[in-house]
Amino acid sequence: MAIHKVLGVETEYGIQQRGAGESNPIAASSVLINAYVAELQRKVDWDFEDESPGNDARGFAREGAMPPEVETHLVNAVLTNGARYYVDHAHPEYSTPECSTAREIVVWDKAGERILARSMEAAARNLPNGQGIVVYKNNSDGKGNSYGTHENYLMDRAVPFARIVQHVMPHFVTRQIFCGAGKVGTEAPTTGGRDVLFQLSQRADFFEEEVGLETTLKRPIVNTRDEPHADAQKYRRLHVIVGDANLAEVSTFLKVGTTAIVLAMIEDDAFGEKDFTLATPVSAIRKVSYDLTLSEPLLLADGRKMTALEIQWELLDLARKYAEDRGLEVVGGDEVGYDVLRRWELVLAGLESDVSSLARTIDWVAKYHLLDAYRERHRLEWWDPRLAAMDLQYHDLRPARSLSERLGLERITTDAEVDAAVTEPPTTTRAYFRGRCLQRWASSIAAANWDSLVFDLGSEPLRRVGMMEPLRGTKNIVDTLLDGCSSPAELIARLDS
Amino acid sequence: MAEREQKRKAAPQRTDETVEEDVAAPSGQGEKLKAELDDLLDEIDEVLEENAEDFVRSYVQKGGQ
Repeated sequence: MAIHKVLGVETEYGIQQRGAGESNPIAASSVLINAYVAELQRKVDWDFEDESPGNDARGFAREGAMPPEVETHLVNAVLTNGARYYVDHAHPEYSTPECSTAREIVVWDKAGERILARSMEAAARNLPNGQGIVVYKNNSDGKGNSYGTHENYLMDRAVPFARIVQHVMPHFVTRQIFCGAGKVGTEAPTTGGRDVLFQLSQRADFFEEEVGLETTLKRPIVNTRDEPHADAQKYRRLHVIVGDANLAEVSTFLKVGTTAIVLAMIEDDAFGEKDFTLATPVSAIRKVSYDLTLSEPLLLADGRKMTALEIQWELLDLARKYAEDRGLEVVGGDEVGYDVLRRWELVLAGLESDVSSLARTIDWVAKYHLLDAYRERHRLEWWDPRLAAMDLQYHDLRPARSLSERLGLERITTDAEVDAAVTEPPTTTRAYFRGRCLQRWASSIAAANWDSLVFDLGSEPLRRVGMMEPLRGTKNIVDTLLDGCSSPAELIARLDS
Repeated sequence: MAEREQKRKAAPQRTDETVEEDVAAPSGQGEKLKAELDDLLDEIDEVLEENAEDFVRSYVQKGGQ
């Protein structure tokens, strides 16, 4: 049965050190994060007790596959908004706190952009004159190196993984039409002889497998990492590595909102006879990304042919029926759920009738129209470095330099709520407990991770407070408890009794 | 092609008014977008990286996840 979709997004950012001659991205990422943490709050270290990214959701032990490394020696902090901010694979990475709706994801994802922007300013104050660090929220350097933006969805452990793969795969291959971030050119080893001047997705070039455990090479469309960060008997966390980093709020909202609904439908077995299994998902994901006309048919396993847009219309129709039959509580209620359905339809209709109508709504269209207008004005070819530079600069997180910022993209959030989310946790998940405890008692918290907090009360041994239920520890549940405690020792005593 | 046309019309519940609205939209919106982008392009050189070629060449990242 469908369970509430607790959500999170992790973003690895591109990083460039300027004015320093030789640069080391790991060192630069550390300088960046330390500068932020030192200026704005006391640092609490991440606790690696429960990290086991090598576990495979298909149930078998890894043979020959390398588990992702957990780099315990690098900078790793927990923020008062419940997020994790750290150095991963030579990139700064921000993981949103656990959120309970797609709209909350947009708010805390945008808060992440502000945290990176403030980090750049803080780092500049610490570095010698003329040096600086610039951060890009994208997924590729244009030279074949990719870094990820991962989504996470809490799911019912009882649902067979094969059923998840069957129905989520067509969604992952086709959702790029509204959540691709756009990219000039291609980095795929081969494109089957076609010229790719601009494509929908940053990441499609880098996927080589349908299903698998890897995240850094031979990347699979459906990732099988089985590390729930919650009660493993009840839950799995679907770890999605196939998405792009989005600047457009509507793209982020739809990327996460539609996927949450599709996953709930899978849990409730709401697909009935509908099956959009693709004959060759890996080649299809590139085909969709390369097709700016959105008109190329994809071959399905049963011999039918459908375009990405047609598959998305079908998924939307199923989702509407699902909403009528079952309601949308599991994605956070009707208000946000129906907003996903409404925007999903508007965007598909726009893509079908007049793509340019979405030039302020979704990333790839916004980027494409800006670059194309510049290209026409200056009579450039698509491979001119000025366009590649603009592609990168679309993702620049310095507000004054960001081209996506200049475009004035459609907003879902307000500045006030994003500013608040820089330091405040969501109220609807266990992130609230984590964030509040950090705000009040950081000096007594020895370490933190997704499912526990470790308190150091001085005299006694360290005390671990488990948070194995992602929907406990919310404002409703813990505010009275926290308000009634004047010290962490009192909190521990009350939790013990 | 024929199959695709048929499929599109078959998709239920896409209300007629939505489709009509969108059919009416293109030219007006396209013109408006062009004008707005023109204004943006007039001032964009101020913020673009000064040497695009150097900037693109030096933007090299280590692979991540």
